[in-house]
Amino acid sequence: MESKSTLTMRLGLAIIALLGTMAAVSLLYVPYDVNEMNIAGRLQSPGALHWFGTDNFGRDIFSRVMEASKTAFLVGAVAVTIGLVAGFIIGATAGYLGGWTDEVLMRMIDALLAFPGILLALILVTVFEPNLFQTMIAIGVLSVPNFARVIRSGFFQYKEAEFVVAARGLGASHATVILRHVMPHIVSPIIVAASLSFSTAILVEAALSYLGLGVQPPDPSWGRMLSESQSYIGKAPWFALAPGVFIALTVLGFNLLGDGLRDLRDKKT
Amino acid sequence: MYWARKSFTLLLTLAFVLLLTFFAFRIIPGNPASAILGMEASQEQISELEQKLGIEGPLHLQFFRWAGGVIQLDFGHSIRFSEPVLSLIASRLPVTLSLAAMSLAITLLVALPLGIAAARARGRFADLFISLTSQLGLAIPSFWMGIVLILVFGLTLKWFTVSTFVPWSENAWLALKSLTLPAIALAVPQIAIVVRYLRTTMLEQMNEDYVRTAKSKGLSNANVYYKHVLRNALIPVVTVVGINFGEILAGSLVIEGVFTLPGMGRLLMTAIGNRDYPLVQGMVLLIAFTVIIINFVVDLSYRWLDPKIRLK
Amino acid sequence: MPLLTDWVKKAIEPEPSSQQRNCRLPEAGERDEDELLAVRNLSVNVKSSSRPVIEGIDLTVGRGEIVGIVGESGCGKSVLSLSIMGLLPSALKLGGGELRLNGQSLHQASQRQIRSMRGKHMSMIFQDPMTSLNPTLTIGEQLTESLRLHLKLGGREARERAVLWLRRTGLPRPEAILSSYPHQLSGGMRQRVMIAIALCCEPELLIADEPTTALDVTIQAQILDVLFRIREEEQTSILFISHDLGVIAELCDRVAVMYAGQIVEQGTVEELFESPQHPYTIGLMKSIPKPEKKGMRLYAIPGTVPSLHDRGEGCRFQSRCAHAAAICLDAMPALEHRGGSHAVRCFLASGERREMDV
Repeated sequence: MESKSTLTMRLGLAIIALLGTMAAVSLLYVPYDVNEMNIAGRLQSPGALHWFGTDNFGRDIFSRVMEASKTAFLVGAVAVTIGLVAGFIIGATAGYLGGWTDEVLMRMIDALLAFPGILLALILVTVFEPNLFQTMIAIGVLSVPNFARVIRSGFFQYKEAEFVVAARGLGASHATVILRHVMPHIVSPIIVAASLSFSTAILVEAALSYLGLGVQPPDPSWGRMLSESQSYIGKAPWFALAPGVFIALTVLGFNLLGDGLRDLRDKKT
Repeated sequence: MYWARKSFTLLLTLAFVLLLTFFAFRIIPGNPASAILGMEASQEQISELEQKLGIEGPLHLQFFRWAGGVIQLDFGHSIRFSEPVLSLIASRLPVTLSLAAMSLAITLLVALPLGIAAARARGRFADLFISLTSQLGLAIPSFWMGIVLILVFGLTLKWFTVSTFVPWSENAWLALKSLTLPAIALAVPQIAIVVRYLRTTMLEQMNEDYVRTAKSKGLSNANVYYKHVLRNALIPVVTVVGINFGEILAGSLVIEGVFTLPGMGRLLMTAIGNRDYPLVQGMVLLIAFTVIIINFVVDLSYRWLDPKIRLK
Repeated sequence: MPLLTDWVKKAIEPEPSSQQRNCRLPEAGERDEDELLAVRNLSVNVKSSSRPVIEGIDLTVGRGEIVGIVGESGCGKSVLSLSIMGLLPSALKLGGGELRLNGQSLHQASQRQIRSMRGKHMSMIFQDPMTSLNPTLTIGEQLTESLRLHLKLGGREARERAVLWLRRTGLPRPEAILSSYPHQLSGGMRQRVMIAIALCCEPELLIADEPTTALDVTIQAQILDVLFRIREEEQTSILFISHDLGVIAELCDRVAVMYAGQIVEQGTVEELFESPQHPYTIGLMKSIPKPEKKGMRLYAIPGTVPSLHDRGEGCRFQSRCAHAAAICLDAMPALEHRGGSHAVRCFLASGERREMDV
């Protein structure tokens, strides 16, 4: 069965690589100007000129999907970084110190978890003006609990381990113990958590933007394209299909990567 | 001892949620009253609204006044609708709750047989197929699923009329019908989660010694799976279903927009659009409390289902 | 405890009739009336590599007889018992040879046929009573389900019979036990429940795979007592698997010693304990702690059992044998008769081993 988890991981990586390449290419080149309107050529079905057709303003959907993939990857990367850094500080403190500190910090994390994903992001974008930057921060906060928990349990597991006690006995500082002795053991669960958080980030960004509370024009986003498409669903179903397929593909890629990595790790232990 | 600790944890979490919800709406840059009223508002208008919002005086007093109200189920007044927040929520709750309940029912009805089938067919085609499909189910955003369902079953096949919600009191059959598509859209990712989890717990249980004992009695495979293995495999699944409920509740906030259902989600969007802070705050708090309490109840039932813990 | 001393005596000096009945090794294909289980030249292989885990196993269990199988862990004794029950783990499969219960081939039987025999004609108790019962079902549920399945008993009849069997295994307040869950009982009580489950449909054959290993010594004796008593009352044949020669000597009529997937010596309890001939059997006996040797170091057979991959052409024990000669490296000795029902798989003449201290 080892081959199955390797296969899952590779498939995930392949999908991410494909979409990542598309996002990178969109930095340099897109077939059409994403904001160029053409009222005469609105809602064209997919064809040789417009691979995914055109939207209600005659804009090329393929170019817009490409541009939006850049947004999705940016939001995912920034949100995961925020979640990782904050989650590490909270998780490492709770796990390393234990006792009351742990109890209080984990209850705070529980309180954060009590807000179902998107609700927390909704509060944050209500309080601030919705835009790309706020969206990234809101989604980052959302992914903190996941990282904090993974890192805390890693610290809990290893802080009493013999090699850590031995290092402490030899006079190693807290920082040395954490970085040299504990970290190497919890890197792989963190990578798994990062991969799965990335896919959650993309789903939440899409939902927020769909509701009009996420990425704002002129930044293109898959979620907002979907909400724009909904009025034309009967006339131009392709308009709604392309962004949805890309959201699903990206999320699938990161989920497969995370699952494959986790299975491989579980097999080792 | 366990219950004392558990109840303490529950109260602490509730307190943190209360704090978080309060302060989230206090970190608004500038004065919320003037943010709501805009630049042209007079000082009288602003202080009048401040009083209405309960935001005059020192911060900690504001918090205790607000929290005291919450404990007495007074969530304040909506600015936009000039109505108590609670009665506004109560009027929208049936739609959202019935949507969530229906979605949970669909999740269990579909996920349990699929999870068992995947475990029984371990490594064979059916298992692979179910695993792959559930990966897809996890990846598809439910609001897009909703759009696709509208396109296929509403517009093309015309099995369902879209965007016309009929209240339960008017016609239960039509109400059920108008909730079916959104409930399915919400259920899809949850089905995927439960299927994957149940498959894993079933496979874990199948390696247990008692399974060998059951087989040594000459029981049929079906009997071994459904009576012996499933019973043990379902206990941990209960926790996941609790978490699912929270996710379904959150998902319904979005999906109500897709299907224009007059539930909590629509109310929340209107409240956010109008910067109706007391209303947003009240709804957020209520949803978070609901999720915490459901998870607490799930924890209880988990312990009740496992005789090892129940009878200690 | 008069009963215990009774059967210990009985085990040491078995009735002449049972001795006579089993005094020879049956030939392949032969079948006599007293034979309940016949294992002929049986091998079990690893599915992926076709390597045999156990091979060339010949074993007969007569009606009402208790046959012991003894050996270190990993010698294949559990694989043998699971293969009889048709419960081999999915990585293993039956190889060549024959398996017959009551003259009916288990080897060629369909899954369905074997299933209908399990619990009714043959049943099994396992080593760990803590994990062998389903934690989420009551004892009553687990006990009555085979009664309902095999004997087609209704609810009340099944309950009555379950109570009867719980009482027969020596459990107090059987009615209360029916409605309790496994974790509410002690290890010894759970093993009694397991015995009741295994025997309630009155199977001809009971396989007991190290049933007392996980229990403490006083409980061990009680469980053995239950097994012995039920054999007397029901004429149930028992295949008793253990690594404990002491237990085997007390309980069994005949013994087979297994080493690295083969039977290396078999015979009646007297034959084996009075004149053990295989160096491995002798080693096992020397390693039993004895009161008169108090203060001396306990004997241990040097070395370890060769793994599945290290089994060579020659005698499997040669790497640990003090008497190994050149021939032991090159050829596999056959299981040969040494008078009576005694058979040994060793090249060395029995006379040469007399000087060794047992």
